[in-house]
Parts: sequence; structure tokens; C-alpha cells
Amino acid sequence: MAILVDKNTKLVVQGITGKQGRFHAQQMIEYGTNVVGGVRAGKGGEWVLGKPVFDTVKAAREATGANCSIIYVPAEGAADAILEALDAEIELIVCITEGIPIQDMMKVRAILDTSNSRLIGANCPGLLTPGQAKVGIMPGYIATPGPIGVVSKSGTLTYEAVYALTQRGIGQTTCVGIGGDPINGTSFLDVLQMFEEDPNTEKVVLIGEIGGTDEQKAADFIDKHMTKPVVAFIAGQRAPAGKTMGHAGALVEGNVGTAAEKIEKLKSVGVKVASYPEQIPDLIMQ
Amino acid sequence: MNLHEYQAKLRFAEFGIPVPRGKVAFNANEAYEIAKELGGVTVVKAQVHSGGRGKAGGVKVAKNPDEAREHASKILGMDIKGHTVNKVLIDPGANIKGEIYLAVTNDRAARKPLIMASSEGGMDIEEVNRTAPEKIKRIHINPLIGLRSYQITELASGINLPHDLWKQFEKIALGLYECYAASDATLCEINPLAVVEEYGQTILKALDGKMTIDGNGLGRHPELEALRDTSEEPQEEITARESDLSYVKLDGQIGCMVNGAGLAMATMDMTAHFGEQYGIGPANFLDVGGGADPEQVAAALRIILSDKNVKTILINIFGGITRCDDVARGIITAMNEVPTQLPIIVRLIGTNQEEGLAIINSANLTNMTGAKTLYEAAQKAVEAVRGAK
Ligand SMILES: Nc1ncnc2c1ncn2[C@@H]1O[C@H](COP(=O)(O)OP(=O)(O)O)[C@@H](O)[C@H]1O
Ligand SMILES: [Mg+2]
Repeated sequence: MAILVDKNTKLVVQGITGKQGRFHAQQMIEYGTNVVGGVRAGKGGEWVLGKPVFDTVKAAREATGANCSIIYVPAEGAADAILEALDAEIELIVCITEGIPIQDMMKVRAILDTSNSRLIGANCPGLLTPGQAKVGIMPGYIATPGPIGVVSKSGTLTYEAVYALTQRGIGQTTCVGIGGDPINGTSFLDVLQMFEEDPNTEKVVLIGEIGGTDEQKAADFIDKHMTKPVVAFIAGQRAPAGKTMGHAGALVEGNVGTAAEKIEKLKSVGVKVASYPEQIPDLIMQ
Repeated sequence: MNLHEYQAKLRFAEFGIPVPRGKVAFNANEAYEIAKELGGVTVVKAQVHSGGRGKAGGVKVAKNPDEAREHASKILGMDIKGHTVNKVLIDPGANIKGEIYLAVTNDRAARKPLIMASSEGGMDIEEVNRTAPEKIKRIHINPLIGLRSYQITELASGINLPHDLWKQFEKIALGLYECYAASDATLCEINPLAVVEEYGQTILKALDGKMTIDGNGLGRHPELEALRDTSEEPQEEITARESDLSYVKLDGQIGCMVNGAGLAMATMDMTAHFGEQYGIGPANFLDVGGGADPEQVAAALRIILSDKNVKTILINIFGGITRCDDVARGIITAMNEVPTQLPIIVRLIGTNQEEGLAIINSANLTNMTGAKTLYEAAQKAVEAVRGAK
């Protein structure tokens, strides 16, 4: 078992004819993900990587029965791509694109909240259920099947943690990148709940960073609703206030969203917090 | 990106918000001329990307043009919270009867725009927020519908605004929200929105203006991008932006080059962790992007080396989709293009890490050392800085 994506995922790639979309579609196919087609307005009827291309997500869904979409559309058109997937009632939408204006995401979020779909990201590395499906850009070989659920705001830090686990022989149920934007589709809390309910997940790794209050809310959730142990790492302890650290969401505003505040809150509910990423496997094994 | 007060107020005026008709001066004589032209009492205001200018002595009332010149010569060159003043705004002096606070911003936790108002605006609004937050009325806005009239009524009555000012207030609040929505702003703030006596009438006027624009939205607002004041940013950050690198200048000695924002922050944290006791820390945050291609690495190196505080460079790359041996070759190429004698610690991890490290080690660059873990790399970088002292 796993969460969000598995062998039954039927994936359509929005932006499959672009450089990024094509490259990662290839990687996902090689990993064994069931990619059923792609979407690019104006290229309907063509074939890319042996998969049919459609003009619209709706057409792709009708022809292939896709239940998941991944978006590699540039930032200017990404919000539109998400809205299109929502309109086509795709159950799970994963948006990799970085740089979507925050006001666009507020509108997307307002519509998402009235739909039955789930959005992962944007500005995220996507999802990886080892041995079953890779929906995103995570390097497949770093992960191996096992009992640890991983949820993270950061791409390379996720790879770092997952790779460190794998090298110590500790596998993962699913690795989830929720992204580094200030407003996203799925929060830590949503994913923690899914891991708590997933019978195969035994422990959870949570990788957060400065900015906002998601980690603090996660701590409250862990305290009230989680029986499974959680190990955390928070990046940005030395980040100055008022400066965006790469991710649009990684910003300490006034004194809100500091790493110290998040670490303290997590520790106060019994979460083991690693001092550096390589320490995560040690804490998981304890 | 932040706008200056004078830029924000010009933008507000485009959305029907009353603002003073002031002008910007770059030296004391210009200040004198503008004050003369405006006539009467004027206010000389430092234009820097920082709030709290009033309390820092950056806002001064002048009774006549001579005084305006005097104030300007004192304020120009002044340092306000680390920002050097190189221009002042000369506004006509207003006869202030009251100060209202009004702002539209993004509420990240609620994922919606938020409009806020208080009858206790002015220079102590932060104090009000700390000690009596209930005095700031807050209303969330549905981004799909926008700000509605009834919400403005709620706001006006919530701050006990006299009825005779409601009409003006509604126009200003609507204008401010429209300005926010049309500018990809993350903040549009008027503090004070002053109650002013003018020609025997009581009117509301935006005496101060603050706007912050979402960097991700700037692409569709060339007119706002044109307002960027690069004198407010460290040169390295400007160069980095031009090379599409994400960079933040810090004050330590270890120049960090990392792929991925999260890993870059973790690298900073680690160097600070080991270096703290010796006064050593990261010189910067720098994300070279996922692929770490030779051109980006070379651009990053140039930026790091232009910071004279840097005594050691730490390169930390997770080779995910790109392989470590490719990254290693990229680093060597960049090194040849941007030569340096500073010690360089390289950590490569991920696909083909052994091959990558072998390439680094066999390049015979005597100042370059490999490291296996982030822990080891950070320790070595701190040691290298101590050795260089
Ligand atoms: N044109 C003006 N006429 C009279 N007083 C002013 C004028 N502009 C500003 N002030 C006064 O100076 C104070 C500080 O100015 P402001 O522009 O708000 O700067 P800051 O918020 O950076 O301190 C205001 O709260 C107001 O009381
Ligand atoms: Mg003010």
C-alpha cells in the first residue's frame, strides 16, 4: 500500500511537448509509471514518446480514463493548466511549475476548495511511490519500498533524506513533495493524515522550512491525531528575516515563521527533530 | 519587490485615491525649489525601503523653502535601518485631525486577501498591533469576487469612522483593493490615511504609501518592474537575479553554492552550526538550480568571489536527475573559467557520486578538497576559514 499514487495511477502529462515535460515524461515511463497520454493545445493527434497527445485535458481524460495529471507548463500558464485539470475533474493534480504568482494561486485555491480534486504543489518535486509510480521529478533510484512515509517542502532535501534512508536499508511507502510556495494545494496536515491511515506506513519523516505556520499546524495535528512516530528536519535556522530564501514561501515575516519557533513546537509534541539532514535515519532507527 | 513611498502613492492615485501632490528631490537645492513651488508648509520625507522613517528622523516638517533645504541636507545621506537615503519626497504639509490605518495584504494562513483598518493609525500601529490587536479590524476577501461594499461598511463601522467620511472611505478602500489586485501586490498599505482639514472641508488623504510586489507576478507588470530601485539591493543580488540564480547576501566567510533551496538553507545552517564559536558563518544563500550546469556554476562562482568577505567556498550538490560526474566536470570547467586560490570544499552526492568525486580529486586543483557528507563538508569549510585567518 501507499498513498496518492500507485500501480493504478493513470497519468496524463500537461505540457508533454515542452523540454521539461518531455524529459520527465520519459523518466516516468522508464520508472514504470502508467503514462496514458499528454496534453498540449494545438498538438492534439500527435504522438510523443509513443503516447497520444490531446488538445485538452477533458479529451485526454475521456479517451484514456486518466485519474491523475502532472503539470510542466511554464509559470504564466500554470494556473490555467491547474484550472483546466480541475474542470476536467481529474482526481489528483500535481503541479511542478515554480514561479506562479501568489494571487493566481489564491484564486486556484478558492476553486479547488469547492471541488473533489486534490492538488499537490505547485513548485514541488511531485510524488514517488517506490516500485510503483513516479509522478514528478524525483530521481527514482534513490528510493526503495519500505515502511517510511516522507513529506517535504523541498526537492533536494527530500532526495537527501530519502537517499540517506535507502542507503541504510530503510525503504519508503510514498515520498510526497508538497512544494515551497506560500499557498499550495496540499499541506503537511493532509499528508500526515494520509500516512496515519495508511496501514503500511510505520513512521513519518517531515521536512519543513522557514515561513508560514504549516509546520506549527502539523505539530498540533501530530499531538492530537497521530499514533505513528514522526521525525522532522527544519531548514533555514540561520535565515535572516525579510529575505526570501529561494522558495517563494521561505520567508520569515516579522517574527512569524522562524525555524526556532517551528522546531520548538515540534519538539514540544514529542517529534524528534534532526539537527542536520544526514541525522534523519539515525532518529528513524531509534 | 518594494516600491518607494512616492512610487506607491502615484500608483494609488491611478486608482482614485487622493494623495498629496509632492515631488522627489535628489539634493538640497532641488528640495528648496520644490518647496518654493508648492508654497506654504512642506514635509521632507526620506525615500528608502524601510518603514518607521518618522521615528528615525527621516520625516521633517519645513515652515518655508529654506527649512526644506536644511532638512533635506540632513536627511540625504542618513542611514535608516541599514538603508542610505539618496532621495527625499517633498510633500505639501497637511493639517492632520486623525490618522487611520488601511491595508490590503495576503493572508498566507487563510489563503485569501485580507483588508485591515484601524482608527489608531500612524507611527505607533505596530505597538497597537502588539498591545491591542482588537483595535485593528480584519476582513477576509474572496479573491474570486473581490472586495464588496458591505465589507467596507463593516470595516468603517468597525473602526467607528464618522458617517460623513464613509463615502470617501469606500472609494479609497475599493481603490486600494483594485490597486492590489491589478499589481500582483502582496501588500498595499496607507498609514496614515489622514483625516485632513483642507479649504474648510474634511477629507481623507493618503499621506504615506507602501507597496510590495510579488516577484513572481512582476513578469506581467513591466511598468512596475521599471520602478525597481537597484541602489536598495546589494550588487551581488542584482547580478544573481540577472543570471537567474537565487542568492541572498549574508555576513559570513563561507561562500555556499548548493542546488535546491532547502538544501541551500540546510548548508547555511550547518556552516553556522560549526563556525559559530569562532565567529565563522555562511557568506550567502545560493541556489544554482537543479541541474547545476557549468554556465550556472560559473556565474555563481563569480558572484561568490565578488564578495570580499569570502575566505572559503563550499559546493554542495545532490546529483539527482543530473549525474554527479557531469556536475563534477561542470565544476572543473567553471573553475578554469573563474580561477581562484581560495580553498574549495566539494560535496557531491547521488547518481555516480564516486565517479564525480574521482573527477574532482584527479583534477589536481590543489585548493579543492572532496567531502562525503554535509557534516564533513561544513566542518572542513570552517577549518579552512580558520586556517586562512
Ligand atoms: N504631508 C504630511 N503633512 C503632515 N504630516 C505628515 C505628512 N506626511 C507624513 N506626516 C506625518 O509624519 C508621520 C510619519 O510619516 P510616514 O510617511 O507615515 O513615514 P513612516 O511610516 O515611515 O514613519 C505620519 O504618521 C504623519 O503624522
Ligand atoms: Mg507611515
